[in-house]
Amino acid sequence: MLQRTLMRLATTLVTLFGVAVIVFVVIRVVPGDPIAMMLPPMATPEDIQRLKALYGLDKSIAEQFFIWLGGVLHGDFGTSITMRQPVLGLVLGRLPATLELSVMALVIAVIWGGALALAGTRWRGSKAEAAIDVGNGMALSVPDFLWGLVLILFFGVLWPVFHISGRVSPSLELPFTTNFYLFESVLRLRFDLWADIVSHMFMPALALAFPLAAIIAQLLKQSLKETMHLDYVTLSRTKGYGENHVITREALPNAILPTLTLVGVQFTFLIGGTVIIERLFSYEGLGNMAIDAVINRDLPLIQGIVILFAVIFTGVNLIVDLLYTVLNPRLRHA
Amino acid sequence: MLDGRGKTRRRAGARLWLSAGWLVLALGAALLAPWIAPHDPLAQDLFAGRMPPIWVQGADPLYWLGTDSLGRDVLSRILHGGRVAFAVALVAGVATAALGALLGLLAGFYRGWVDVLISRFIDIWMAFPPVLFSILLIAVMGPGLTSIIIAIVVIDWTRFARVVRAEAMGQGAMDYVASAQVAGRGRFSTMIVEILPNVLPTIVVLLTLEMGIAVIVEAILSFVNLSISTDSPTWGSMIAEGRTSIHQAWWVLVFPLIALFLTVLSFSQLGEGLKDRFDPVLR
Repeated sequence: MLQRTLMRLATTLVTLFGVAVIVFVVIRVVPGDPIAMMLPPMATPEDIQRLKALYGLDKSIAEQFFIWLGGVLHGDFGTSITMRQPVLGLVLGRLPATLELSVMALVIAVIWGGALALAGTRWRGSKAEAAIDVGNGMALSVPDFLWGLVLILFFGVLWPVFHISGRVSPSLELPFTTNFYLFESVLRLRFDLWADIVSHMFMPALALAFPLAAIIAQLLKQSLKETMHLDYVTLSRTKGYGENHVITREALPNAILPTLTLVGVQFTFLIGGTVIIERLFSYEGLGNMAIDAVINRDLPLIQGIVILFAVIFTGVNLIVDLLYTVLNPRLRHA
Repeated sequence: MLDGRGKTRRRAGARLWLSAGWLVLALGAALLAPWIAPHDPLAQDLFAGRMPPIWVQGADPLYWLGTDSLGRDVLSRILHGGRVAFAVALVAGVATAALGALLGLLAGFYRGWVDVLISRFIDIWMAFPPVLFSILLIAVMGPGLTSIIIAIVVIDWTRFARVVRAEAMGQGAMDYVASAQVAGRGRFSTMIVEILPNVLPTIVVLLTLEMGIAVIVEAILSFVNLSISTDSPTWGSMIAEGRTSIHQAWWVLVFPLIALFLTVLSFSQLGEGLKDRFDPVLR
């Protein structure tokens, strides 16, 4: 168990190192010069040289990489070129917005997908199950970006009940000390703010949740239906338990494991989806900042954001992997 | 069980035909765009800006699906935008499939250090958020059709490699491969002549799905204004414009969105339908 964990940890570190190397090399073969974009047109070559030296861009790529890596190990991710602030602070300032959005989407997907799977199992073989299958097929075929646009159209324009841009109404006074607005509004019992924030987050979260909910519904329903044929389920039925009890109490605990692993992997895809969804809904998170950073060629900021995303991705995978070992008795004793 | 299978097959059949039908229609319209588009997609008519579609009051009968804020014809722009979408889908899809399948075959059939190396790259690739990765690559290479296609190939080859690797491993353990080797066939030639045909159905399914993904990636990149130059109409750039003027002119967003939605849905449904067709259990 311990050995397995250590092995996983080691491969995760290798992966992160690989990500760092690739990002570093890729953005340094950029033909456009980020320094040239920072200076007024009449800057002299000496000015350019000075600024390059300031950001360490006058050294070789390998040298730059190790200087940067050394900084990273001390928590220094460099300074954003466009915003002239430490990258770490900027990135951590936006991270809560993205985390809240992703977790909200995950919760919606689990509740909705789970409910669909249970309903599909309860009424298996009927028209209701066929309808759920068709709906799942649709939700899976179309990515979050398009669902976001569809939601904007329906709930932002045709029937404007939710906000479709921003994270919170700009007119509101925010008393928050952290950037976890949603979480903190509950702690401070400011339910007026909470309602406003949820109304902003609901559409992007729903767009992100759609495909994941469909995957959960599909897989969980399949494993539930397989479990329903097992002897112990038949036994509990002969004991006189009702169908609802049999599904939720007897079949569900055994059927849930494959879904759980899948949710972990799919959650990383969901987090990756926040990049474009945040852009679409003008939500001030990490993804939106990333796109701006790329458009402005802000190398240190791009690097910081991509590395952070990679840390989140590999971190989620690691947790899921370990959780799977803990939950699966066959692996636990291996 | 037999009737259940029949039902699944019939549903799969309808799905195949509907999605293939839309794709043929859309591809045909895109190919014929220069001849069938009623207007020049770039021609501005500032006196006819934000004209609603023809069935809405106040429309100009010259512009069937209305005009955008610069007075450009929405229908003509959708038709021309389809050219970009399908070009990216076909070229990027096939190139991604070729690279991914080759690496997957090598990893799955040769095993050993080849497999270790390729699998490690797949792991690293999985740690990148794909949308961010594609935007990053475009920023590096500069906007343009070629950049988009390269970006898609560079990012998505793992989709093919992972699946093909697993299948090639399964096939490699089978008797027919051993007998081909005994008969004196070289290793690489065995891989291409014996293994490839057996994993081809899987590759075709993935390719169809990949084409839908390529269409979306192009749309996303033109949405964030990193696709081809702004004067070439694309569905994504139309959607980006429609998003900003959504309260004044919904049609600028809705029609390209419908085109994009149906195309992506069709590629995906076609892929799923083919998967069922190739599935020996259902056949």
